[in-house]
Amino acid sequence: MRSVLPVLTVVAAILGIWYAASVWMNSTWTLDQAQRAGTTPTFSEMVTDTLAQERPKLPAPHQVARELWETTVEKSITSRRSLVHHAWITLSAALAGFAIGTGLGILLAVGIVHSRVMDMSVMPWAIASQTIPILAIAPMIIVVLNSVGVTGLLPKAIISAYLSFFPVVVGMVSGLRSPDAMQMDLLRTYSASRAQAFWKLRLPASMPYLFASLKVGVAASLVGAIVGELPTGAVAGLGARLLAGSYYGQTVQIWSALFMAAILAALMVGAIGLVQRITLRRMGMAR
Amino acid sequence: MSWLLLGTVFWVGALVLNLRLARHPGSRAARLAVAAVFGVTLLVVWECVVRGLGVPGVILPPPSAIAARFAASTHILWVDFVQTFVKGALSGYAMGCGAAVLTAIAVDRFEFLKRGLLPVGNFVAALPIIGTAPILVMWFGFDWQSKAAVVVAMVFFPMLVNTVQGLESATAMQRDLMRTWSAGRGQTLMKLTLPAAMPFIFNGLKICTTLALIGAIVAEFFGSPIRGMGFRISTEVGRLALDMVWAEITVAALAGSAFYGAVALIEKGVTFWHPSQRG
Repeated sequence: MRSVLPVLTVVAAILGIWYAASVWMNSTWTLDQAQRAGTTPTFSEMVTDTLAQERPKLPAPHQVARELWETTVEKSITSRRSLVHHAWITLSAALAGFAIGTGLGILLAVGIVHSRVMDMSVMPWAIASQTIPILAIAPMIIVVLNSVGVTGLLPKAIISAYLSFFPVVVGMVSGLRSPDAMQMDLLRTYSASRAQAFWKLRLPASMPYLFASLKVGVAASLVGAIVGELPTGAVAGLGARLLAGSYYGQTVQIWSALFMAAILAALMVGAIGLVQRITLRRMGMAR
Repeated sequence: MSWLLLGTVFWVGALVLNLRLARHPGSRAARLAVAAVFGVTLLVVWECVVRGLGVPGVILPPPSAIAARFAASTHILWVDFVQTFVKGALSGYAMGCGAAVLTAIAVDRFEFLKRGLLPVGNFVAALPIIGTAPILVMWFGFDWQSKAAVVVAMVFFPMLVNTVQGLESATAMQRDLMRTWSAGRGQTLMKLTLPAAMPFIFNGLKICTTLALIGAIVAEFFGSPIRGMGFRISTEVGRLALDMVWAEITVAALAGSAFYGAVALIEKGVTFWHPSQRG
């Protein structure tokens, strides 16, 4: 609670810088227009004009907020102009991909922990693949899957799955290995089987690691879904809104799509944080 | 059919070899060998499956075709590499990380700012910042400047959060020791807090290597001059020249790994005192 005031200060500072920047960046257009009309605007006239332009270089925060309000609350959800509609398309792809990626990631991590061959052969490549800009493959995956006849949600979900897969693998491998030698020895003195050791010790011990990597993975899956919408040519979804906005110079639309993406990311990370807190408390691991 | 058979035989052979190698772990050579065998097997099986099933090149080209395309168009690949990696990613990376470290040092002196900026920074670091690419392309034009700007936006907050955490990592005891020596703020920073923060700073730098490359490539999807890795990928995908796309991805993978490796190497030299490096 004691960090509320500092956070509010920082947010206020960001908003202040934003307003100043939008006045400064949009003033060229205003001055240009005024010169053509043969007038010289006073400072206050210029400020009011820069904050209310149709296609500003940098829209002011209140313009973005109004656009967000109009496209989420005032439009019906089924309308193609509704941002909720686009957000839902992106979110469903991201969530589907996140579920697939997390499931496969956990399975692979279990395999890696229990098989030395898998550990020695797959793990170095899993780590090396983190250094590769995977997102660069996104347009290819989309186009190839389209040409095979797979369209709609699935191609985007595959990219999301791919992006959320590796954080989960790496996190779960270190999580499943986190019980120390003493605890493993204790289970051996109980003559616990490998399966019992897995269910009673390794899996519970890995939960904090799992949630930490889920948070990374869910953010990555949203990025994957957004980038996955770019090459299909701006049909639907937040990525399409970004692309269409950039084609037609609709800056307010770009910013509102960006904020919607930020809100989605925050909601998903927040939801996982909530599940994490509840789970860890019920397991008695909360600190 | 014979290709599929060959692939299966190779796969089984490699599996047996790896099982045998993995039985004597410990030596570095064995670990490298197992990983290498796995990688080679993946390539061979890919090649055999593509040839055996007659997968058309517009869906998945075999590795040999990609290698041939790579060798045939090194000139184009080099031009793209310079445009995207050297001009876009590297310059943005240097500017973003430098600015983040300086900001962190400035913030570190004020407890109030730190408490406000850390949650905000953590929050922003989780956002899909890549979405600012169209805006920045609009502001800074199609050339590498806009790519560098996207990279700066992407690396700044992860780097800031890591550095601020690192600057806090010196213990109270160590700070007290500096005070008993009557060290000034600058001396404490240079001799204690900054060196102690190095493991965190390098962690941030390593995370940012990938982000920088992704930012530079994806930003080119929103508009670029007629060179660059992202531009080439998106146009060649449109022409269904997938071998060229894969060649470009190979370049991206090599550049990304080399970049990461270089930062890791510098880290080894700078943080030689840290337990994780001594082991």
